[in-house]
Amino acid sequence: MRSFIRHLSTLGLAAVLSTTLVPAAFAKDSFKVAWSIYVGWMPWDYAAKEGIVKKWADKYGIDIEVVQINDYIESINQYTAGGYDGCVMTNMDALTIPAAGGVDSTALIVGDFSNGNDGIIMKGSSDLATIKGQKVNLVELSVSHYLLARALETVKLQERDLTVVNTSDADMVAAASSADVTSLVTWNPQLSEILGTVKDSHLVFNSSQIPGEIIDMMVVNSDKLAKHPELGKALTGAWYETMSIMSKDDAKGKAAREFMAKASGTDLAGYESQMKTTKFFFDPTEAVSFTTSAALVDTMKMVAGFSFDHGILGEGAKSADAIGMSFSGGKTLGDTANLKLRFDESYMKMAADGKL
Amino acid sequence: MRRLMNLRPNRGSGLLLGILPFVALLIAYLVASDIRMADNPNDKLLPGMSVFADAVQQFAFQEDKRSGDIILWSDTAASLQRLGIGLSLAALGGLVFGILTGVLPYGRATLSPLIAALSMIPPLAILPILFIIFGLGELSKIVLIVIGIAPFVMRDIGMRVGELPAEQLIKVQTLGASTWQTIVRVVLPQMLPRLIDAVRLSLGPAWLFLIAAEAIAATDGLGYRIFLVRRYLAMDIILPYVVWITLLAFVMDLLLRQISRRAFPWYQRA
Repeated sequence: MRSFIRHLSTLGLAAVLSTTLVPAAFAKDSFKVAWSIYVGWMPWDYAAKEGIVKKWADKYGIDIEVVQINDYIESINQYTAGGYDGCVMTNMDALTIPAAGGVDSTALIVGDFSNGNDGIIMKGSSDLATIKGQKVNLVELSVSHYLLARALETVKLQERDLTVVNTSDADMVAAASSADVTSLVTWNPQLSEILGTVKDSHLVFNSSQIPGEIIDMMVVNSDKLAKHPELGKALTGAWYETMSIMSKDDAKGKAAREFMAKASGTDLAGYESQMKTTKFFFDPTEAVSFTTSAALVDTMKMVAGFSFDHGILGEGAKSADAIGMSFSGGKTLGDTANLKLRFDESYMKMAADGKL
Repeated sequence: MRRLMNLRPNRGSGLLLGILPFVALLIAYLVASDIRMADNPNDKLLPGMSVFADAVQQFAFQEDKRSGDIILWSDTAASLQRLGIGLSLAALGGLVFGILTGVLPYGRATLSPLIAALSMIPPLAILPILFIIFGLGELSKIVLIVIGIAPFVMRDIGMRVGELPAEQLIKVQTLGASTWQTIVRVVLPQMLPRLIDAVRLSLGPAWLFLIAAEAIAATDGLGYRIFLVRRYLAMDIILPYVVWITLLAFVMDLLLRQISRRAFPWYQRA
């Protein structure tokens, strides 16, 4: 009896765990991509709700489900665990979460970069150098943390000159109103909310001073993409159709931006002001030239260095080169035997050449 | 009579049966982990035992390169300090207000409705307000624990005082005791072991509030670490931390039970 119960519970638990946590061994031609609310990713919501994704998926004979996840990090974790075939994320998170977790990932679409959407706010001072010795509230190990590190370099300070306080992005606005918070790093919409409501708050540094370093991308699983190039084609096609709609100044473009504004909890004016601080690559040609530029390699080198210094490249990482990255034209960075993050412009190029 | 309900395991097999579900869970984990590791040796979701060993070694026994602290211990010290202060304040407040509402009808009439209403507020819902009033430092974390726990302790102690036999209170009055003497000599000693019970029952919620507070804004602590490394899915750190927290909570419960047993032997019912 006892051993029977033991067998039963072991088998049962193993079955439950393995069916829920182990990726399916056989692939269906149906795919799931995840997105979360952010100015640069709202087009996915529009593309899904307006049937643009479905139109392109049908064209290539596949099914694509676009799922909104309320928590950004949770969406990347789900993707890394194998629950999704693609997910939106920044270049830094793509390196430190899926790539460092051994999931070979491809940056399929480079959608935009933050051009003022992330910033450092100080109360009672408009000089970044006076941040020395202060407590700085930010989401640790996020792009905010990276932005702070880059900003400190410009005033010859180091992270050890101040105290970083990990603060949830959802509570940043409440935190900013508290008297013992004197400086913080965050992104929009919180950034403009705080600047607008907290008196004597000053924007002392923002991401437009490091253009092209905080990049928002659609990342897909490299193995899935190799086996099913139609997934890449359909996603890229849907994205650039959406880009061309939302970038136009006609009624349809305005309606699209209004839809995205509403879905991200703001109004048209709010969304358009966030678009101003976000450099969208509306034209795939621009995205291709950005992705093939040598500057991207330098950026990723800095991001890898920052990630290694903060211990987020994984336990086994011996240096900033532990994870290999590949770029256009056969250029690589880091360990080529461990290529886990690939910047692939070929699908965006197809869009630029009208071959989708 | 030989029925299933009358069959009792002896001491040895009882222990074995108790361990069995843990072993089963462990085996299920190892199997699932193995399947995922075969697929991707760097898998972060269900890391293998050797990965745990490395992470534990690094966090519990080596000094952190940047701060020079041993991270697990500094996190534990920070968390236990917050928890200790929070629980002590909640217990003290609970005892004072519980006795006030339990013994004095005027106290009950004035305070009971307020305490009942306060205990219904979900503490996490008023977090943004706490931040604005108490700032983001240690104070707001401790206040969250106190707000979360104290109303429960107050109501519990109030009710326990109400359960004291009325004869007892009448008797001490016939012997000439004033209100103050009744509280100090009769009610308080009988409430102390019940206070320990109430605190034991509050341990779970107290940990919940502690970790929630640390997740939102902190520079150290067990909850801080878990939510920080969650950013890169480091289950090799998160799972040992969860086990460690469980162990700490278990030991705290055990200690409180032992204190109650040693200090108040008369209270231990069969």
